[in-house]
Amino acid sequence: MSSFTKAFSSTLGKKLIMSLTGLFLSLFLIIHLLGNLQLFKHDGGKAFNEYSYFMTHFAPIKIISYLLYLSIVLHAVYALVITIGNGKARKVKYAVYKGSANSSWSSRNMGILGTVLLVFIVSHMSNFWAEYHWGGLPYAKYEMSLTNPEDVKVTNIPYEGKPLVHSEYVDTQAGTQVVVAKDLYILVMELFKKEWYVALYVISMIAMGFHLYHGFQSGFQTLGWDHKKYKPIIDVLGLWVFGIIIPAVFAAMPLYVYFFK
Amino acid sequence: MSGNMNLTLNVWRQKNVADKGRFVTYKADDISPDMSFLEMLDVVNERLVKKGEDPIHFDHDCREGICGMCSLYINGRPHGPKRGITTCQLHMRSFHDGETITIEPWRAEAFPVIKDLATDRTAFDRIQEAGGFVSVNTGGIPDANEIPIPKVIADEAFNSATCIQCGACVAACKNASAALFVSAKISQLALLPQGQPERYRRVQAMVAQMDAEGFGSCTNTGACEIECPKGISLTNINRMRRDYFTAKFFKEEEIN
Amino acid sequence: MVLDSKIPEGPLAEKWSKHKFNLKLVNPANKRKYTVIVVGTGLAGASAAASLAELGYNVKAFCYQDSARRAHSIAAQGGINAAKNYRNDGDSVYRLFYDTVKGGDYRAREANVHRLAEVSVDIIDQCVAQGVPFAREYGGLLDNRSFGGAQVSRTFYARGQTGQQLLLGAYSALNRQIHEGKVKMYNRHEMLDLVVADGKAQGIVTRNLLTGEVETFAGHAVLLCTGGYGNVFYLSTNAMGCNTTAIWRSYKKGAFFGNPCFTQIHPTCIPVTGDHQSKLTLMSESLRNDGRVWVPKTREMAERLRKGEIKVSDIKEEDRDYFLERKYPSFGNLVPRDVASRNAKEAADDGRGVGASGKAVFLDFAESIQRLGRAAVEAKYGNLFDMYYQITDENPYEMPMRIYPAVHYTMGGLWVDYNLMTTIPGLYCLGEANFSDHGANRLGASALMQGLADGYFVIPYTVGDYLATIGPKPVDNSHPAFAQAKKDTQDRINKFLSMKGTKTVDEYHRDLGHIMWEYCGMARNEAGLAKAKQMIRELREDFWKNAIVLGENEEMNMSLEKAGRVADFLELAELMVDDARERKESCGGHFREESQTEEGEAKRDDENFAYVSAWEYKGDDAAAELHKEQLIFENVKLTQRSYK
Repeated sequence: MSSFTKAFSSTLGKKLIMSLTGLFLSLFLIIHLLGNLQLFKHDGGKAFNEYSYFMTHFAPIKIISYLLYLSIVLHAVYALVITIGNGKARKVKYAVYKGSANSSWSSRNMGILGTVLLVFIVSHMSNFWAEYHWGGLPYAKYEMSLTNPEDVKVTNIPYEGKPLVHSEYVDTQAGTQVVVAKDLYILVMELFKKEWYVALYVISMIAMGFHLYHGFQSGFQTLGWDHKKYKPIIDVLGLWVFGIIIPAVFAAMPLYVYFFK
Repeated sequence: MSGNMNLTLNVWRQKNVADKGRFVTYKADDISPDMSFLEMLDVVNERLVKKGEDPIHFDHDCREGICGMCSLYINGRPHGPKRGITTCQLHMRSFHDGETITIEPWRAEAFPVIKDLATDRTAFDRIQEAGGFVSVNTGGIPDANEIPIPKVIADEAFNSATCIQCGACVAACKNASAALFVSAKISQLALLPQGQPERYRRVQAMVAQMDAEGFGSCTNTGACEIECPKGISLTNINRMRRDYFTAKFFKEEEIN
Repeated sequence: MVLDSKIPEGPLAEKWSKHKFNLKLVNPANKRKYTVIVVGTGLAGASAAASLAELGYNVKAFCYQDSARRAHSIAAQGGINAAKNYRNDGDSVYRLFYDTVKGGDYRAREANVHRLAEVSVDIIDQCVAQGVPFAREYGGLLDNRSFGGAQVSRTFYARGQTGQQLLLGAYSALNRQIHEGKVKMYNRHEMLDLVVADGKAQGIVTRNLLTGEVETFAGHAVLLCTGGYGNVFYLSTNAMGCNTTAIWRSYKKGAFFGNPCFTQIHPTCIPVTGDHQSKLTLMSESLRNDGRVWVPKTREMAERLRKGEIKVSDIKEEDRDYFLERKYPSFGNLVPRDVASRNAKEAADDGRGVGASGKAVFLDFAESIQRLGRAAVEAKYGNLFDMYYQITDENPYEMPMRIYPAVHYTMGGLWVDYNLMTTIPGLYCLGEANFSDHGANRLGASALMQGLADGYFVIPYTVGDYLATIGPKPVDNSHPAFAQAKKDTQDRINKFLSMKGTKTVDEYHRDLGHIMWEYCGMARNEAGLAKAKQMIRELREDFWKNAIVLGENEEMNMSLEKAGRVADFLELAELMVDDARERKESCGGHFREESQTEEGEAKRDDENFAYVSAWEYKGDDAAAELHKEQLIFENVKLTQRSYK
């Protein structure tokens, strides 16, 4: 075995994989969130659909997205491997176990929380990502006045068995900038109107909050990053940004659409 | 005597490694709140012996919280409900009259039960044999004050060195991980100048042995730190990881 | 047999160097042909085992605990003395030597003590190199403190757990040798007998405490590093498992027992609360620096206090008897351990003790808290106060602590010569288990020093001399003496297991403790000792008739382990009483009421008792024979201690 395989097969190394993939996924969440904020714009989904196109066609982002899929898989697989290993380390369980006396609930339930998230991610990707790629979504044509950017005309183009070409051009005759894009926005709006989906989404975001509240700072510890002066900053980030703000803003989107659109 | 308590004990009894084991309930009547937990078991045992029943076996020795031999998982927590003490320092006044107390051995595959509440913790010795030392022979040593050591470093090394090797960290951990123990031992020497020459060999050797013994993975729940009778901090675990990854990814000398 | 202490000729300061030169060496290539058995893995045992293995000998090390690190050296709190003179305060090897001889009340060998002081310096270097985290100053150099009333600061320490840190150092050295394959470690093995073949110690018999297997092990030499026998008093500051079996069995095989009656009683322990009590907890002596010891002036008041009719705060200043300050105006509360202990017992015996049992005196910090402020007291003694609070549930910041003396250390042990060899060739005894360096009283922070001196720096030289003499001829356990010793041990185990009486072994142990504490404790007299001897005999007879031992041999069996240890204590106790009876003087921890000054202080009798008593076993039914090793003082002048 090489030094690296030995390192990654040790109990410390397996956790290193969890940490690196987990922190990478956390970082991605920020990007994902910033993009999704486009949903709150009143532009008939133009910005959101442009953003979706960009994310799926810009080469460096595509590479990162493959890394992301790999991270999700590795994170889940190693979680399983580590959990099985930990189960073997204590075959006979305690009859009375008072974990609440010495550790946080989320730290003891990362597996359950992670499973909820995995289910969510799978449904999330099949609902949006797979639909976007192969689902035959309708298109939207945005005609934005060159003189008044607020004036946007939206035309929905139903899917007719064959995808259109994404295009952006300036119509000099009409004095408009025209964008024809796959309309993911309309799919989002549809799903966010469904009660069960909103519920799944909100529950998953709560799970994500708990998962990251422990996971974010734990990821740093696993790397061995620990410093009296900087650890408190990471703890605060883990609680407020990753444990509360990010999940809350994500959860706000379906709620906003459900109640206000 | 007035103020004495009547308790019910739910004790794990297991004749030997091969035995499956079971809980047995005992009445512990007329227990003085001034007794230590182990003295309470002594009293119960004397009564059992008088009845011709096999006494409850448990490990103990110094009874002042330093040898690390006593263990016991009491009501769901290693060394019982109070923090910063071992079972031998736990007094019965921490319990109330009529209480039922469940007493289990440390549970971990790396700590097999020998009999009743006594477990085999020699895995800890083997981890230290793998590298928990400074390779100096007796004699021919330069003066003790030859190398000044900053007080903060010496104090931090001492904090790591206070570990009494009781295994409460493993017992408390939901994963039965030995990370706190192993890292405390690694840290003590990693901090001191005397430990530097073998620093990266040591961490690799000791982590490899820890894994070979079958302890679980640390998932940073922090339970070990809370339950450690000597207050060993999680920082040690992070220091161990730092050294381990440095050794594995950046140092050319390779061990295990 | 004439006792030969083998003290080298020449000036005191040169004896050890010259002796080292005169000792025979073992050829480096031959060292691996020798096997040395080390029993016990405390400071002396672990350091000896590691050092011998480093030299190339094969070592077999044994301990009854589950790990070598749990030996009771681990519990030492205060510190370790060394004549480093880092403080520039006038310390020197000679001063440490002098203080130790004087502190031992002139009942130790000059040459041994001087060697101890010489090597003390190397011990600190060794420990630091191993990574022992001693306390340091901001400049990065080692800190020292004055300890146990010493006039110089020569004590090195690691907060309140110097013993643990030193033992972990020795244990790590031992681990390294186990890893190298030079030491084979046998944990949870208890030595139950010594094998003497052809007049030499050649092996031991052990019982595996997990499986019950009785085994014999052969070696070219056997080192006993098995600690003290304070548990003969049942209650002591020793660990529960501390016992006399290894040295007692060796005594019965021909090793002389030196000064068995010399016991140290430590004054500042947490008092006994009831019959359930299994052990006593020591609190550092440093508490006496700021605490004032007192009891109520009158018995009536003490009794009302005990009954709870009045509170401590109801006792006015003029009704309190600060007896140490009253009797010893210049030393006050800082008188030596034996004096403080004896006076506390006198007060309690006079009916003026405090606490529910009356077996305690107050150690009061009220005045210090007022003078220094609570924060200052907390900084100095916070951990001790917490420990006290934890055990007693009383807050020492608000009410005075209750303290009482407890058995702490045994200066006596197997008699050894300058080479640490007992009267059985090839059998060595190190650390607290031997009688050597502390005379009749051990000074604070000297026990750790002696254990490590013996193991690191004495035995590696002296055992080589013996091994070179006998030659590297292989040893094994084929000699009939092995089979015989094994059979004797098995018979003894079977005898225990057949005992189905009515009284538990613990009850016998407790009874023995009461006898010893009452008649052979802090103060001893002829009538009491005679009575004790009779009581011990009766108790021992009863033990063999009426004790209960349960279970089988082939399992972990606490009852059986305990029975063997208590059986040996029951024999040792009688020898202690004999020794105390025979020594009709007071010295150090041994106070004979018949031998006191007009003020009631210990009075030595150098004319008649300046010797080491070395007892020879003559059979179970015969009296032990006393041999005397005269102590010759060429360098120090014998003076009467006075703390007025």
